Amino acid sequence: MSQKPPAADVVKEPSMLKQKEMIEANYERLSGAKAQGRKVASTFVPGNLNELIMCFDLANNLPEINAIQNGMRKKSGMLIMEAEKRGHSEDVCTYVKADLGMMAKGNLGPNGKPLPEPDVLLLSYTGCFTFMKWFELVREQYKCETLMLHVPYEGEGHATKSMRDYVVKQLKEVVIPGLEKVSGVKFDIDRLRQYLRESAKAEDDFVWVLESAKRRPSPIDAYFGGVYYIGPIFTAFRGTPDATEYYRLLRQEIAARIAQGQGPITPEGDFGQEKYRLVVEGPPNWTSFRDFWKMFHDEGAVVVASTYTKVGGLYDLGFRHDPDHPLESLADYCLGCYTNRNLPSRIDLIEKYVRDYEADGLLINSIKSCNSFSAGQLLVLREIERRTGKPAAFIETDLVDPRYFSAANVKNRLESYLQMIEQKRRGASPRAAA
Amino acid sequence: MRCFIGIDLGSTTTKAVLMDENLEILGRGITNSRSNYDTATAVTKQEARIGTRFTLFRKALESQARNGRAAIEAVIGDLERGFRLEQFLGQLEQLHQACARHAEDPRLADKKRAVAATLDEIFRRLRAEAPAMFAKGAARRSDFFRDNAGSRFVQIAEGLAKESGLAYEDLLHVYDKSIIEVESRVPEDDSADKFARGFARMTADGQAAFEPAALKRALDAALAVEIEETYVVGTGYGRVRLPFPKEHIRSEILCHGLGAHMMYPATRTVLDIGGQDTKGIQVDPTGIVENFQMNDRCAAGCGRYLGYIADEMNLGLHELGPMAMQATKVPRINSTCTVFAGAELRDRLALGEKREDILAGLHRAIMLRAMSIISRAGGIRDQFTFTGGVAKNAAAVRELRKLVKENYGEVHINIDPDSIYTGALGAATFARRAVN
Repeated sequence: MSQKPPAADVVKEPSMLKQKEMIEANYERLSGAKAQGRKVASTFVPGNLNELIMCFDLANNLPEINAIQNGMRKKSGMLIMEAEKRGHSEDVCTYVKADLGMMAKGNLGPNGKPLPEPDVLLLSYTGCFTFMKWFELVREQYKCETLMLHVPYEGEGHATKSMRDYVVKQLKEVVIPGLEKVSGVKFDIDRLRQYLRESAKAEDDFVWVLESAKRRPSPIDAYFGGVYYIGPIFTAFRGTPDATEYYRLLRQEIAARIAQGQGPITPEGDFGQEKYRLVVEGPPNWTSFRDFWKMFHDEGAVVVASTYTKVGGLYDLGFRHDPDHPLESLADYCLGCYTNRNLPSRIDLIEKYVRDYEADGLLINSIKSCNSFSAGQLLVLREIERRTGKPAAFIETDLVDPRYFSAANVKNRLESYLQMIEQKRRGASPRAAA
Repeated sequence: MRCFIGIDLGSTTTKAVLMDENLEILGRGITNSRSNYDTATAVTKQEARIGTRFTLFRKALESQARNGRAAIEAVIGDLERGFRLEQFLGQLEQLHQACARHAEDPRLADKKRAVAATLDEIFRRLRAEAPAMFAKGAARRSDFFRDNAGSRFVQIAEGLAKESGLAYEDLLHVYDKSIIEVESRVPEDDSADKFARGFARMTADGQAAFEPAALKRALDAALAVEIEETYVVGTGYGRVRLPFPKEHIRSEILCHGLGAHMMYPATRTVLDIGGQDTKGIQVDPTGIVENFQMNDRCAAGCGRYLGYIADEMNLGLHELGPMAMQATKVPRINSTCTVFAGAELRDRLALGEKREDILAGLHRAIMLRAMSIISRAGGIRDQFTFTGGVAKNAAAVRELRKLVKENYGEVHINIDPDSIYTGALGAATFARRAVN
């Protein structure tokens, strides 16, 4: 049980303030784009081509991030209802509905200013079929250029040379010419190399941060804290000196925590004693994010590794953006993100995390409105239990639909799971004590 | 005597189990959860202590070796009826006082005297008929004061209102306010007194085989034992409301797993269907939970579903099972949505289906959903223990047996008549384990 006093305000470290500034600046850049004559690209997080987008001076708008921001600001419920009013079913991905609802309600960004209409929709990842449908709806609304990069699914658990060649060919023949046309800027491969060089620097520090969770106690929470740590590198900042600086600051802070033997920092202050180490699969719930996190740290449960922090790239398995092979490394990046992996390789990865991070077990947060990614999660759970002998459990919430977050139910399952771990650790027969 | 208590705060009822240090169950208590968990906890604990006194009394009688089992049961039964009658009369008195106070409501100013007189008459009749309610072989509507007193109050009030020219609603209003007040109050623990008065009510029937003095000594001995609350563990949905430190609180999943193991040590899979959730639990040979699944945000197919159906059909919850057992065929009903249950029911009645058959179909639908939850928790292993309020329902059990056989073949199925106490039993066992 945590003994920390309740903090009125969220505790912020320099890296957090830095990220906050970066996000705010990006939203300002977006809302001021048209006034400054800047063109706007919309694209998705998994397998995004931020470095390439920057080569054309395009402002980068990420609809998923807008949905998350609206979720955390408790606005998504109203937006989702708006989309449903317009005929989108209750079962549709709630990121999509939050975005469509936002468009219907004046397309106001988190800074309260209207987001610009996109000049190009860049669909650079096709592992989520919903993305394709989502952009069809957005295209219908804005009648803008759409560029589709087809990324083959790693059905065999790895990318082949022909897959990579196929992606590179599309970059050369469809994506780059398309972006040149929309932006009026000529493609400069050396500019791309420079961005990629910057990306790789940030990626090194990012991996160091993630792997710091192998220590006991873990100085970070790799899920609830992790979603902040992935912010810059998964979104509109990868390849910028800002991102590099963010990860340098973050690494410094975490090194300091390690030196002092401290656990993760939470919105309520320092983490108490580390009692449980978990691996988590699935995105977090955003609408009750702070309460959701609190349920974990109140129990002394720290997440030491998560798959969600790999949806924008599996850097910890060694991938780096490579200035010497710019287009090829962009292809590898798109092919290799977590969501493009098949079930067996996802299971292998989770197993590796449970072992490498000395976790007590696996917790799956299954997303009610994400049919494609939630499929097979029970199989993952059984297989991990079988391979590692560690207990696994299932909770169900949603991304940004507040109606699908039942705090009592989640807390009940989580506490049951943690007590189950505790009971297994003791391994005592119930009759033994008597 | 060191005692260990487990309390299970469910959405419908609150249960307590009291055990000694050898894990022997001495007393159980149950009460409706009301919307007041603190009171429910205190009441159920008090009930478990009363049960413990009866157990101690039984043991004292057993030590008098010459008495046979039948004679002991006769004494216990007799004393219990007398005790429960005294308890009922005490609660009736409290209710009467509360009603008298609420009759002072300014709203009723112009008919104050008529209301007071009618209330006096209602309670006079309730007191007069109480002994018959607790007579040997009498069937009571429920174990809870609210149900037993309430149903008769309403009936008597309805008749008297007509005679005295009062509005029935006025009397009902007074009753509603008063019963809530009485139920939110923790009754004072005067059980020794009630035991004495219950003892005085004992009939020749119970005393036949005993010397009155020996009987009295045995009761005094049972009442003299100090019941020490050595450790209490709470579980169930209301557990966060318990005024306990965190170490005294366990998840109901663990408590149900351990409780089922305590009842049937060979249990490997547990199904618990409670008021608002359904749980499938796998336990290892020592009762440790290995895996579990439960319903998510939707409570379709839980006990509350049957409660809703009963309300819709104007039946008591306990009448559903027997009626469904009369079915001649089981129609296929897919929906287990509690909200749609009423519509489903009326639709089928309109189509000319028999009530008995529809009920059987609804019971099957609940069990199909339970089977889906269990299969997600890893399926059914031998032995299989079914617990929770729904385990008392014969029609639900019949459908479950069929489905288990169809899907898993021959599996030994355990159903304990006291299975409603499974969670509390697990909690009490945790309490015992917490103290060495």
